[in-house]
Amino acid sequence: MIAVDLTVNGRQHTLEVASDVFLLEALRDQLGLTGAKECCLEGECGACTVIVDGRSMNSCLILAAEVEGTAIVTVEGLADDGISNLQRSFLDNAAAQCGFCIPGQLMAAAALLQHNPSPTRAEIRQALAGNLCRCAGYEQIATSVYEAAASMAGADEETMR
Amino acid sequence: MTSTGETTELVGRSPHRVGGVDRVTGSQEYVADVRLPDALHIQLVTLDCARARIISIDTARAEEAPGVVMVMTADDLPQPVPRHGPQFQDRPVLAVGETKYHGEPVAAVVAETRRAARAAVELVTVEHEELRGGVFTLADALDPESPLVQSPQLRPDDPFAETNILAEHKYVWGEVDHAEADLVVDNTYQFPMITQFAIEPHGFMAAPQDDGITVWSSVQHPFLLQKTIARILGLPLARVRVLAPDPGGGFGGKQNPKYEPLVAFIALATRRPARLILGLGETFQTVRRTSATIRVRSGFDGDGTIVFQDFLSDFLIGAYVDIADRVVGKSNYLAAGPYRVPNVRIVARALLSHTTPSTAMRGFGIPQLSWARESNIDEAARQLGIDPLKLRLRNLAARGEEFIPGETAADGKWAETLEKAAELIGWDTDLPAGRGRGIAVGLKSGPTTGLSYATVRLLSDGSVVLYSGTSDMGQGARTIFAQIAAGELGTLVGSVRVVMGDTSLVPYDQQTSASRSSVLMGNAVLRACRDIQAKLRALIAAHYDLDESEVVVEEGMVMLPDYEMKITRAVGIALGRLGGEIIGNGELRVEGDPDHPLGGKAVFYELNCTACEVEVDTETGEIDLTRYVTVGDVGRALNPNQVTGQDEGAAIMGLGHTLMERMMLDESGRILNMGAVDYRILTAMDVPHQMISASVENADGPGPYGIKGISEGSLLATAPAVASAVTSACGVVIRDLPITPERIWRAKREQR
Repeated sequence: MIAVDLTVNGRQHTLEVASDVFLLEALRDQLGLTGAKECCLEGECGACTVIVDGRSMNSCLILAAEVEGTAIVTVEGLADDGISNLQRSFLDNAAAQCGFCIPGQLMAAAALLQHNPSPTRAEIRQALAGNLCRCAGYEQIATSVYEAAASMAGADEETMR
Repeated sequence: MTSTGETTELVGRSPHRVGGVDRVTGSQEYVADVRLPDALHIQLVTLDCARARIISIDTARAEEAPGVVMVMTADDLPQPVPRHGPQFQDRPVLAVGETKYHGEPVAAVVAETRRAARAAVELVTVEHEELRGGVFTLADALDPESPLVQSPQLRPDDPFAETNILAEHKYVWGEVDHAEADLVVDNTYQFPMITQFAIEPHGFMAAPQDDGITVWSSVQHPFLLQKTIARILGLPLARVRVLAPDPGGGFGGKQNPKYEPLVAFIALATRRPARLILGLGETFQTVRRTSATIRVRSGFDGDGTIVFQDFLSDFLIGAYVDIADRVVGKSNYLAAGPYRVPNVRIVARALLSHTTPSTAMRGFGIPQLSWARESNIDEAARQLGIDPLKLRLRNLAARGEEFIPGETAADGKWAETLEKAAELIGWDTDLPAGRGRGIAVGLKSGPTTGLSYATVRLLSDGSVVLYSGTSDMGQGARTIFAQIAAGELGTLVGSVRVVMGDTSLVPYDQQTSASRSSVLMGNAVLRACRDIQAKLRALIAAHYDLDESEVVVEEGMVMLPDYEMKITRAVGIALGRLGGEIIGNGELRVEGDPDHPLGGKAVFYELNCTACEVEVDTETGEIDLTRYVTVGDVGRALNPNQVTGQDEGAAIMGLGHTLMERMMLDESGRILNMGAVDYRILTAMDVPHQMISASVENADGPGPYGIKGISEGSLLATAPAVASAVTSACGVVIRDLPITPERIWRAKREQR
């Protein structure tokens, strides 16, 4: 067992893990953060997507031990209070059906918007290409991200005036 | 059931999904997220081939491994090993003496942690002899030399017991053999093995509870599971509690019990909660769609009138029947489609195979039939030189027409759906060079029997609690029931709590399938609300010393002779000093008809028209979907955003089996491409450039406010529409799905 110090959703944690435990398992089983989901467990479906030091990653492919000292954000950490603009846009645009892929979609989208606040729809599709959805046609998810970006850009303009 | 043509202000609105906030914050609890203290973890032991004779199972080393509590084998179960299944009780809880498909569980390791269970699986030694010559294809299944998949002893009175034909279904009217046609088109079409691939893999848990048991499952039919567990364990229903968290996608693959009985036996043996969560690859071994080879021979007059249709339809269903024979029987009944056809012969066979047991999957056999029939119609259109849209319109049954003798008549103005699809694809506009267009129609029937109960409680402040046994697996059932209750009882959707997924709390519901829930459970919810309205009327009349006939309660309002008020206000008055609540119950029962080949007439139909425009790169075979249109005859769109979401999602799923999905087996029946890397479903990058979905709303459905069921329509006709567009673009005709670039490229080369 090894000790891994990291920050998750702004809080400091020390995980006690075997060296071969993946981050996804540590988040779900040790920290009770079950928002990130298990599906393919081989980095293809994106249901386990979290943000590590600002980059979206498949937590099923990262060892907990590898992320010592990093700052992780999961879907539970997208908003300190209530829900974020991005999450609200997903609700307004009916993007969530069964909802199982949605945490992963949200994290991939959040990471995109951190680096590219005004993505085109093509850029959104590309950034979320690693997040499989079987319920929806991907359209409403893309629209949610696009409109969230637009509303946040609008909000920034308001603040700047 | 009647459609009163009534409405409330919430019909046609799209309030936020009930349960949406939980889904976007990660707090929605799926079965794998439920934490049970002291739970044991289970991993299945399976073999690396389809067919093997089990000689012995050595569990000693595994049982000694750290953290392992037990290893269950068939010997640990009651003898003979219990079997279950919705149609036939053929599926054993663990393999008995022989495995019949790749992935059939032979044993189960039970340990304190998942990691300990996984490690110990390697320590279980199953001495086995691989049996060569399994039944993996249709040819194998029909070969009299092939081994029998199922022991004849399981089917004592069955004339087919000594074959791999499980059942034959025949539907005949008119005189196909004497019908004269100017043109006969005769082709055979293939639909591959594909799998549901819900993003949430199946999950099952069980925990012993006083004199009974609690079972958790991502199941679509909680009451069927309750019945199965009660029977197998010999418990009264009241002592079996099924908790069914909203599934992360079902698509039919989570309808019927799979490994819950095994998990229940383990829980009882260990007297502890036990948990089995499948890996994605394991779901490929657990559920799939029926695959099919369908020969269609159709006769047409020179003007395009269909004279006869003759089907020989063979469905390979797998090692255990599950609900697959129902798929074969029900879908083939509609093989001839929504058309007026005077002479029809349909011979459909369900064939056993040493493969994953198939089960229900969205469309329930109709995508397979539509693929064959619509492609065949297109062939005729090409040979006759008739526009494929016009040919279909010529033969399309009109609303009220009994297009299958003795069956529910066409229940929609179906021509409107085709015309709308044609308009949206620009059917009559010029086609840019290098592009092709195709159009196709799919018809599916809703349920043929049904039983749904709903209970609604109108609380003293006008807010509402609603109980329903439907499973909300993404189609938005919670939301539409909340909309119905909110509209009838005059409250906000946000003030309606919808309780589902607990058999000890919600009243009986037969199942969630066949696009039934908005109509059957919807009507039960509506009736429960009307029950409350009637009770409120009586209380208000008594309070104001009026005759009941002077009080009207509807659409959230109470109307007195000289005064009106909202129900939310009236309820406080009606309940008086003691307060309390008003409870309403609703029941919707469709008895069916035991003499009908399907057990009853269709409650409604789902009719879809799909059209698409493609560009084909003949150098690489790649298809570019420039525009895709799907239109459904929905009665009313109770929640339009949810209808759009389901229609677009179904279309994308249809594009999956059309363009890229196929389970591949080797000579040992081993599935070669389990998992997300080697089995491709569409990603966000694969969607059509333009996706247009629309609904035809004539309020002519049997559900509340004239709604019909939806959610399956949009993948019924995807494949033939795309194939037709491909032929139109580059002349290549494909009859075997999926239409991969390789197949187009090869066909193009063969043409030269």
